[in-house]
Parts: sequence; structure tokens; C-alpha cells
Amino acid sequence: MEETTGACRLRTIGYKLWYGDFCALHETTLDIPSNRITAIIGPSGCGKSTFIRTFNRMNELIPGVRVAGEVLLDGQDIFRLDVVELRRLVGMVFQKPNPFPKTIFDNVAYGPRAHGLRDRNRLAEIVEKSLRSAALWDEVKDDLSKSGLALSGGQQQRLCIARTLAVEPEVILMDEPASALDPIATLKIEELLQTLKKDYTIVIVTHNMQQAARVSDFTAFFMTDENRSGHLIEYGPTSRVFTNPREKTTEDYISGRFS
Amino acid sequence: MRTRFIVDKSVGYFLMLMALTSILAVFLIGFFTLREGLPAISEIGLGRLLTGSVWRPGLEEFGLVPMIAGSVLVTIGAAILGVPLAIGCAVFLAEIAPRWMSNIVRPAVELLAGIPSVVYGLFGMVVLVPLARKVPVAGNSGFGLLAASAVLAVMILPTITNISEYAIRLVPREYREGSLALGTTRWQTITRVILPSARSGIVAAIILGIGRALGETIAMIMVIGNSVIIPRPLNANPLTIFLSQARTLTGNIAVEINYATGIHESALFATGVILFVLIMLINSSARAIMRERTR
Ligand SMILES: Nc1ncnc2c1ncn2[C@@H]1O[C@H](COP(=O)(O)OP(=O)(O)OP(=O)(O)O)[C@@H](O)[C@H]1O
Ligand SMILES: [Mg+2]
Repeated sequence: MEETTGACRLRTIGYKLWYGDFCALHETTLDIPSNRITAIIGPSGCGKSTFIRTFNRMNELIPGVRVAGEVLLDGQDIFRLDVVELRRLVGMVFQKPNPFPKTIFDNVAYGPRAHGLRDRNRLAEIVEKSLRSAALWDEVKDDLSKSGLALSGGQQQRLCIARTLAVEPEVILMDEPASALDPIATLKIEELLQTLKKDYTIVIVTHNMQQAARVSDFTAFFMTDENRSGHLIEYGPTSRVFTNPREKTTEDYISGRFS
Repeated sequence: MRTRFIVDKSVGYFLMLMALTSILAVFLIGFFTLREGLPAISEIGLGRLLTGSVWRPGLEEFGLVPMIAGSVLVTIGAAILGVPLAIGCAVFLAEIAPRWMSNIVRPAVELLAGIPSVVYGLFGMVVLVPLARKVPVAGNSGFGLLAASAVLAVMILPTITNISEYAIRLVPREYREGSLALGTTRWQTITRVILPSARSGIVAAIILGIGRALGETIAMIMVIGNSVIIPRPLNANPLTIFLSQARTLTGNIAVEINYATGIHESALFATGVILFVLIMLINSSARAIMRERTR
């Protein structure tokens, strides 16, 4: 794929995935560049979540999943890396905000603590820094001992982003992070993405075409075939994919001719 | 149309009648136990029953403290042995075992609930009592709190395991994935997110197990020794208290009711009332905790 400039952080080569006998994802070869936002778009069931969950090996939690092909993080085969270490490097924000039933502080401190950090001052620093980066600090700084579940949906999602940032990942995967949020909360998350991309490589799944066009630098379009298997149809800089798609299917999808 | 309506209605009434019957049964059992126990409660007094430390019916001494201590200690012992085991089983079934394995282990654990308690007693007598007797402490007969606690621990295992597993399975998958996605191990995820989230269900399970332990009778009579004493350590080591013989509240009733008459008989019924109230309180508090959780 010629258009990806700069260092490539994630790469899949002929990557394929089956749920039991069902092939959910056909050979996918694609490079995800460093410090850019890459959007994954496509109709429901085309394998967007399946694809993004590859990079932190979340699919392994599902019994009966098989994969083929290669997936590289900075040139290293992720299936050879220690999965716990991989997931520290590749963080994930889920579609439905999922803060733990703990305080705001404990939610953010959860990762660092699990990785062995005990020092209270250091933890407090990390919590503040992460909440600031997630643009949540000003709203919660006086109430860090409140339950994370008591926040609004948009705040909960930013708390989950802060929780992910606290373990200092290099890549952040986001599976429709704004689909459960109202437009204002969505806008906040989108702004946040722009500041985060300076430090992180971001891969975001979205159903919302405008959102993909607004926030991303690169766009990958997936589509199902007659067997409901997902195929990568087109991948390139967002501006090019949206204004001058090479594939007829992409054009049809983007112009809303089917959903 | 009309007949179907009548049939529907009468089936409804019939089922309601059955439900009322079971409530009535609880009420009747409570009422008659209380009626038989009232003479003792009014003559001896609830206070003296509950705080008297000597039980000698021939001398008109009706203090329940030895039996209360026996029941409490054996239940504590059962909890110490049984709760970690049961929660371990529950975590294994809900989080670790592949489905085919939990489908073998779970029925096996549930089978424990179906074994008659007299069989537990037999097992305790031929296996656990001789084992407990091996502890080299003067005055250790093998019969006593240790063997009884071990029997009881196995008896409450299915209750606690079952309800705890259910509570763990109710923890949203999102918590599990959120934790693992932060680069934590499965063990960290279990201890730091899943068990705390399932806490109220697990507490309710433990309380229900304790209720069951307090009510157990025949297996206790067979292994606990039945001496009417307040259990004391057998030597300087306080843990040897568990090698002491004891008698439970339930065992006391079952052992003596055959020959008791008059005020003695009434005192045994009064003990029954106390157990009845205690176990109702325990079960309803467990229920309240579980309701809190699902709300
Ligand atoms: N755990 C699973 N077991 C079996 N099949 C699955 C599983 N998860 C997903 N699939 C199937 O894999 C295909 C891709 O699913 P996936 O969730 O990746 O799609 P998606 O593009 O994220 O859809 P959506 O936009 O609705 O979130 C679908 O056909 C789905 O039914
Ligand atoms: Mg999805």
C-alpha cells in the first residue's frame, strides 16, 4: 500500500481469522502508520471489531478462534510476544464505556498498580496526568473518590481513555468509542483524538462516515462477501478514499448507496 | 371460550392455594414449636437460657451457652475450611475451566448436596475422626470440632460454590475485557476486578452456607462427641480448642428429645425456636444482600 508515509507501527500480512469454521476475515494485508489516526469503516458484520481486536490479541479469549498470516508490531510477530506485555503496549477503548466499579482514582491507577507500582505520589501523578490527557481532569479533580460508574456516559468513556493512557501504551485501539455518546460528548472525544495522536498511534473503528472523514488520516474500508466473510476492499489516505475511491464498492458505500 | 376461562381461573386459584400451603406450613411449624417452648421461656427466662453456662436437666439447669459455643465454633471451623475451597471451586468453574470440564465438575459438586447427611456422618466417623485422632495432643479423642468442621465444610461446599459461581458469572464481560486489555494477567483480573465485583453475591453465598451449617444435626451428632462442655483448648496452644469435643444446639435437641419430659422437653423446644429465628434471620439477610446486588 503505497500511500502510508512515515514509520509503520502495525502491519498485517495475509492475516486471516475464523470463528470455528466461519471465516470472518479474509487475507488482509495493511500497514498502520505511526502517530496517525487510522479509521476502519464498513457495514455491520464486516469484521471491523474482529480486525481491531487482533492487535491486542483479544480474539484469543473467544473459544474456537483460529488465525493465519502474520501480524507485526514494530516488526515483531505479536503472536510470539508475551500477551500481557503486548496488551500493555497496545491499549484498547471499548464501544460501551466500561469503567470498573471502583473510584475514579482507582480506575486510572488500576493498570499501573497491577504492573507493580506502589508509590502513592507517583500513582497520584500518573492519575492526574492521564486524566488531563483524557480531558477529564477539570471535571473530576475535586471528586476522585467518586465511583467511576457515577459519571455520565461521555465522562465514563474519557475515564476509560485515561485508564488506558495510564499504562503508557504506544498504540490505542478504539472500537466505536463514541457510538454510545451524544453529539457533544462525541465532539470532545474527537478533539481529544487530535491531541493524542502526537504521542500515540490510533486505530479507530467507526460506523459514522463523517466521523471517519473528520478525524482520520487513513481509512480502511471492509466489506462482506456473499458468505458474510469480511474483505479489505480499499485502504489509503482518508482524503483520497473519500474523494476519489478506486473501488466501485467503496464509492457506493461512502455515498450511502447501501449500509 | 367460557370453559377455558373457568379452567384458567381455577388453575390459578389451585396454584395460589399450594403457595399458601407452604407459607402455612412455615407458620404452623413456628407456631407449634413456640407453643411447646413457651413454658420454658416463661419459667426459665430467655436471658438465662441464652447466658446460662450449665446444662444439667436433672438439676433443672438449662443454660445453652455450651451448645451455642459448640454451634458457633463448628460453624467457624467449617467456614475457615470450606469457604476458600468453595470460592476456589467457583472461580475455577466460572473463569478457568473450559466448558466441558465445568460440565463434569459442576454436577459432581452438586452431587455433594444430594448425599444424605447421615452418610456424611458415617464418612466422618470412619475417615475424619481417626485422622483427627492422629494429632498428638493429650485428651484428643478424634471426636470433636475439627472432624465436625471438616464434615460440615464439605456439606456447605455445594451451596457456596453454586451461588458464588452464579455471582461471578453475572460480572459483566466488559469488566473482564477492560482489565485484560490493560495488560493484566488473568489472576490479577480475577482478584482485583471480578471477585470484588461479585462480592455481595459471594457474601450472600457464605451466609447461606453458614445458615445450612447451623442447621445440620445428624452428621454433627455422629462426629462431634456430644459432650456438654464449653470447648476449651486442650493445652497451651489455643488452636487445640478445635480438638475439644462439643455439642451443637441441633444435636442437643435430637439427642435428648426422646426421653425429655416437662420443663426439660419445653426447653428443647425453646432451643428449636431460637434456631428457627436465627436461621430465618440469616437467610433473609443473605436474600437482602442479593437483592441489593441485582438492583
Ligand atoms: N464470538 C464470535 N463467534 C462467532 N462469530 C462471531 C463472533 N464475533 C463476531 N462474529 C462474526 O464475525 C463477523 C464479524 O463480526 P464483527 O463483530 O467483527 O463485525 P463488525 O464489523 O465489528 O460489526 P459491527 O459494526 O456490528 O460492530 C460477523 O459475521 C459476526 O457474526
Ligand atoms: Mg463491532
